[in-house]
Amino acid sequence: AALKDGLRSQVSAALKEGRVTPTELCQRCLALIRSTKFLNAYITVAEETALKQAEESEERYKRGQPLGILDGIPIAVKDNFNTAGIETTCASNMLKGYISPYNATVVQKLLDQGAVLLGKTNLDEFAMGSGSTDGVFGPVRNPWSYSKQYKEKSVPKSHSEDEESNWVITGGSSGGSAAAVSSFTCFAAIGSDTGGSTRNPAAHCGVVGLKPTYGLISRHGLIPLVNSMDVPGILTRCVDDAAVLLGSLAGHDPKDSTTIQDDFKPFELPNLTDVSKLSVGIPKEYHAPGLSSEILALWSKAADLFKNAGAKVVEVSLPHTHYSIVCYHVLCTAEVASNMARFDGLEYGHRSAMKDSTESMYAATRREGFNDVVRGRILSGNYFLLKRNYEKYFVKAQKVRRLIADDFVKVFRSGVDILLTPTTLSDAAPYTEFIQEDNRTRSAQDDILTQAANMAGLPAINVPTALSERGLPVGLQFIGRSFQEKQLLTVAKWFEKQVQFPVIQLEEVKRHDSGVFQHQKSASFS
Amino acid sequence: QKVSVEVLDHLEHLALVDFRDSEGVERLQKAIQFADQLHEVNTDGVEPMDSVLEDRCLYLREDDVTEGNCAKELLENAREKVEEYFVAPPGNIPLPKLEERETFLQGS
Repeated sequence: AALKDGLRSQVSAALKEGRVTPTELCQRCLALIRSTKFLNAYITVAEETALKQAEESEERYKRGQPLGILDGIPIAVKDNFNTAGIETTCASNMLKGYISPYNATVVQKLLDQGAVLLGKTNLDEFAMGSGSTDGVFGPVRNPWSYSKQYKEKSVPKSHSEDEESNWVITGGSSGGSAAAVSSFTCFAAIGSDTGGSTRNPAAHCGVVGLKPTYGLISRHGLIPLVNSMDVPGILTRCVDDAAVLLGSLAGHDPKDSTTIQDDFKPFELPNLTDVSKLSVGIPKEYHAPGLSSEILALWSKAADLFKNAGAKVVEVSLPHTHYSIVCYHVLCTAEVASNMARFDGLEYGHRSAMKDSTESMYAATRREGFNDVVRGRILSGNYFLLKRNYEKYFVKAQKVRRLIADDFVKVFRSGVDILLTPTTLSDAAPYTEFIQEDNRTRSAQDDILTQAANMAGLPAINVPTALSERGLPVGLQFIGRSFQEKQLLTVAKWFEKQVQFPVIQLEEVKRHDSGVFQHQKSASFS
Repeated sequence: QKVSVEVLDHLEHLALVDFRDSEGVERLQKAIQFADQLHEVNTDGVEPMDSVLEDRCLYLREDDVTEGNCAKELLENAREKVEEYFVAPPGNIPLPKLEERETFLQGS
């Protein structure tokens, strides 16, 4: 019975029954964070406040009054969410030392339910990138680089070179969050998703990455990239946990007027056994150039899995898929140009010593504070927004956006319940290879399978599926109808059960192993 | 079609961000080239989409003050302030012209 339950219910049960205390859990996670420091997943570890939160949680459990299923559960938050009293940097020099006076709504909600905030995770600067390699605190390393599974498949080079040069990226931009969940240093993490930033690293790190429908979860306190596409993302080790997190975060927020006003009812996922009434669409355009033959085969196998289980599997077409990256490129840079204008050195963040004039101070501050990627996007965005270019580029992109969104509407209207696609073009690349191409090119390549869901505002989830020939995780993506997260997650959970994705075998985790972690590992199998 | 130095200068003014080096300018050129693919799509009769939630009404709440009076907290993050003011260098002074400021574009 315990194996059938979600991991969260297992740990929650353990907490309730006193088999483990919140402080023990917190301390173990903190110790594991220390011993996995080489992953560079965390920018800030809030040790003191986390332990304090854990102690308060323990008091509540002692009184028999836990706040809920998340009480005492260690979580991590991507460093582009405001956290009161804890530094928020967006991995940029512009915000180094910035201590926010308020909590982002998602952070507040988690704290209100007793979750223990372990720290802020690493990302690409201002969430711009698909590798988590372009932040000022350095790149995040994929925990799978150090797994038994990957090492076994690695071509042996000289031993000294081996681990140092062979490590692979996490994907991005929520790489720190994905690595944190993947390496067991927390039970769940919050990321953000604008073009795939939660699903991409989830796929590369072998964890569940959920992008909710735009408007479902509040963006208040999430430092914005693209206001019309950003959403907070959820990273967990199993689909049930993602549902729990979703339940605690979704719902209207008066502080974010782009959240819908419909009542949101948290749900528990049913154990689907009969998929005969399900219609799964396979969008042919997602067989994108550069898709590895391995992933293509896996995608095909997954489609067959559904077919053999009695579901209706049909090929569908989303004809404007090819243009979604270009469209995103224009809309994103345009919104970025606007959103980054707030960083002028006056009210918060870095301020240059330049004093000649307001404008020159702003210019110097921004020159010193932003990296090449950010500056590049600001300049491109400003170009597309010039009066002479506005119609030609910005408005044109908005029109193409509608065509992309309509593609999905048509497909869902034709009777398809859910779409099945790959999440990434290949498994995680070695860092040395990844940095050979520039950020924009990489993003353009890597976002191709995830981006359109952001265009259309649809919910999408990465489910870890299998290991590649190199011993690295590969995931597949499900895209659902607007606000139909329950159906999306139910199908994802069924699929997760079928594929039985292996647990990562990490030396560091074994050393810290305890009854609780053992629990975690076995819970991934059913 | 290369972007003229005038436009590049104009962009540096608008964005208050500099191109830094030839790579920065190349980056913009490539970005424009990439974006030009949009023109392959026929969008006749298609309305631009601002938001995926366009069919819904925006939430408007009552005009009641629910929070505020936090000048002290807000000022904490500012580097230069005097009493309850953010201090800025003199305004009304335009960014120096191309020839007079330190910019990579000067050589172009």
